[in-house]
Amino acid sequence: MIPLQPPRRLVDVEIDGRAVRVPEGATILDACRAAGQDVPTLCHGDTLTPKNACRVCVVEVEGARTLAPACSRKAEPGMSVSTGSERARHSRKVVLELLASSADLSTTPRAAEWIEEYGARPDRFGEQAATVEQPAKVDNDLYVRDYAKCILCYKCVDACGDQWQNTFAIAVAGRGFDATISTEFDAPLTDSACVFCGNCVEVCPTGALSFKTEFDMRAEGTWDESRQTRTTTICSYCGVGCNLTLHVQDNKIVKVTSPHDNPVTHGNLCVKGRFGYGYV
Amino acid sequence: MDLRFRDAAPTEEERAAVDALLGPPATAWEGGARTEADLRFAARSEPRRDLLLPALHAVNDRVGWISEGALDYICRRLTVPPAEAYGVASFYSLFSLKPRPARVLHVCTDLACRARGAEEVRRRVEAELGPAGLAWQASPCLGMCERAPAALALEAGDPPSFAEYSFADAPGNPGSAVPGVLAVRAEDQGESTAGRGRPGVPQAGQPGLVLLRRVGQVDPASLDDYRATGGYRALRRAFDLGPAGVIREVLDSGLVGRGGAAFPTGRKWDATARQPDHPHYLVCNADESEPGTFKDRVLMEGDPYALIEAMTIAAYATGCAKGYLYIRGEYPTAVRRLRHAIATARSRGFLGDDVMGHGFAFDIELRRGAGAYICGEETAIFNSIEGYRGEPRSKPPFPVEKGLFGKPTVVNNVETLVNVLPILERGARAYAAAEPKLFCVSGCVARPGVYELTFGATLRELLDMAVPTGRVRAVLLGGAAGAFVTDLDIPLTFEGTRDAGATLGSGVVLVIDDTVDLKGLLLRIAEFFRDESCGQCVPCRVGTVRQEEALHRLSRRVEDSDLVLLREVGQAMRDASICGLGQTAWNAIESAVDRLGVFK
Repeated sequence: MIPLQPPRRLVDVEIDGRAVRVPEGATILDACRAAGQDVPTLCHGDTLTPKNACRVCVVEVEGARTLAPACSRKAEPGMSVSTGSERARHSRKVVLELLASSADLSTTPRAAEWIEEYGARPDRFGEQAATVEQPAKVDNDLYVRDYAKCILCYKCVDACGDQWQNTFAIAVAGRGFDATISTEFDAPLTDSACVFCGNCVEVCPTGALSFKTEFDMRAEGTWDESRQTRTTTICSYCGVGCNLTLHVQDNKIVKVTSPHDNPVTHGNLCVKGRFGYGYV
Repeated sequence: MDLRFRDAAPTEEERAAVDALLGPPATAWEGGARTEADLRFAARSEPRRDLLLPALHAVNDRVGWISEGALDYICRRLTVPPAEAYGVASFYSLFSLKPRPARVLHVCTDLACRARGAEEVRRRVEAELGPAGLAWQASPCLGMCERAPAALALEAGDPPSFAEYSFADAPGNPGSAVPGVLAVRAEDQGESTAGRGRPGVPQAGQPGLVLLRRVGQVDPASLDDYRATGGYRALRRAFDLGPAGVIREVLDSGLVGRGGAAFPTGRKWDATARQPDHPHYLVCNADESEPGTFKDRVLMEGDPYALIEAMTIAAYATGCAKGYLYIRGEYPTAVRRLRHAIATARSRGFLGDDVMGHGFAFDIELRRGAGAYICGEETAIFNSIEGYRGEPRSKPPFPVEKGLFGKPTVVNNVETLVNVLPILERGARAYAAAEPKLFCVSGCVARPGVYELTFGATLRELLDMAVPTGRVRAVLLGGAAGAFVTDLDIPLTFEGTRDAGATLGSGVVLVIDDTVDLKGLLLRIAEFFRDESCGQCVPCRVGTVRQEEALHRLSRRVEDSDLVLLREVGQAMRDASICGLGQTAWNAIESAVDRLGVFK
């Protein structure tokens, strides 16, 4: 059964000169995608409220003083948006340079492709440029926090907090460039409120949070996604029946995710579904 | 909300500090002793997240720093997750999460003090008190620019105390005054040792002043003196006009915001008053932190009742029952005087359930900031009051629709609000004919301070009053977020400064002569923005760091590639940052490169 929703008005906007019609409440990003325009995003999560912190999705809205984040700005009737204007491309290029020069984007999907596309040169800030480099935090057997790869997109905090898990084990601490994702007084996760649901790992866009299995295999050099199969099944623990996607390499489960389009769980799992596959 | 704590217990002193603010804990859930009743009934616990910042202040004021036990206890009392409270506490520079001495000296090293020898003061303080970090720390602008170079000592205790220091009395060698000045203890409960009887207004007592007429002339503690000098006439007129009439007067007067953005105040009030959603909130933005700005402090210290009356009028016009006065933590004198004024006004029926017998209910809650420039941003101030990290929200929605606690909110700067009094006293037309504006003159002048001029005067006229001490090389208008100008004949109006490629901003007029190390000043501006960036968006968080790095390289050796880099990063910060901080972080540096040829 499909729940009926009240009919929504449609809004006409112009994306790069092309007329697009989207439902009221849709974002500029939705409109861009409807128009077939690819706009890069990092901090945008399909299951989360947009935080628009990374600013890699900025577009130029005609008449506006500053650029607008496509991921969160709502499309308004008559809006004329340019996704590839000189100004928008310049900001995107610089944002990519700033990110790539301060954090390790080696495991960020599509980062290398965008850096190439926008002609970003992260090395232009010199050898001495400050970075967030630090050793990975390995304080439990289930997942690893490698904050040298963190771009501070707030997605893990939102997933852990009131948007999904309501556990509130982590928050952004400090200010400015020194801000980090942290538990209270930087305590180890095992001492914190963390329930090891792994929903933060599910939403992390850069691989700063990763399964211990994946982290170890990457360190050994044996992680190879081309040799992995993905099988979606149903969790066998309780009656909720969450969907699990088992990532299998060499006949071993190496990672468990969950489909984000599931109308009940939206990609969220508990510790058992996410990590309790040892019995398989 | 289910909370998990580590095993850290508060000390008796920390517990007492929190209980003094919140009262004793009602249940075991809130950290009290477990009773029989706790086992029988489910206790109801109201999350009071908005008291988080006051509670952190309570502990920091009493003990000097916030331990894990104290933080946990605050979290239990307010039902706040410890990780989030840690994130909030670590956001503010006046809080320490590590042990430190009760007394900490904050030495201003910002623009106005720097132009008058703050570096020498810093060296002497370091020689006296050891390396920075424990007994003293370098501070962004303390808003004591008319007494530059300045410092502020905050001493934790019960009650906490403070002392304001000025090293200006040793011209030529401000550092030499350090040992003598530091010997003065903060014993006299903080009535400032420097600047007593010097309200920072060189024009004090001059006839024709509007906004500054009482400053330095009237006892700021006395409500009777305030009323005897015309106080509460404007509110009486407001009650005669009715809310819509007040808004009409403010619209007709053409008043625009004095905090820097110059948005028409009447339109803001009108939009808030029309919102069907209730309650409406009023927020007075007294988080004056733009380097070189001190007009709001002078107003609040010298004429606190005027701000209270003006807030009451604003609340009456826009339908607010509650107003928050958010004042920066570095203004202890102003906090004390305002607290006294609010209490007096309340006891005399000028605040409360029935203001002046007109059946209008309004009260003011004073909230102290804790060292974060960004909290002066109009939406960051909401997050700070609500007990979250002071990060700006994205707009839309604008505060008039969804502001404090998600309700329609009107946010106004102190000077903006105080302007409403003459509008109502004289009528919009008479006010608009001679609209007053305050300027904070500091740097290389003989008579620094807050000056009141009517719009239309030129920069030269203002400088003639303040008497520059050397050849004026440039003037920084609008503070760190403003721009350098060299043309002294530009009119000091919003349009005039805009045409000159500058901004009036918050009214900063920082005079630079040949003795000032301009490269050092630019580095300080870059350092300021890097320090004060909240860290939310990438262009500002990383861009301000890259800007500072490039300036360091440039001050050693000028390379064209670094100038290009500065420009490109600056443009991205201006275009793609969430809030005004990142958007303006490159302004002053750009103007110095282009107009003053600093790196030629």
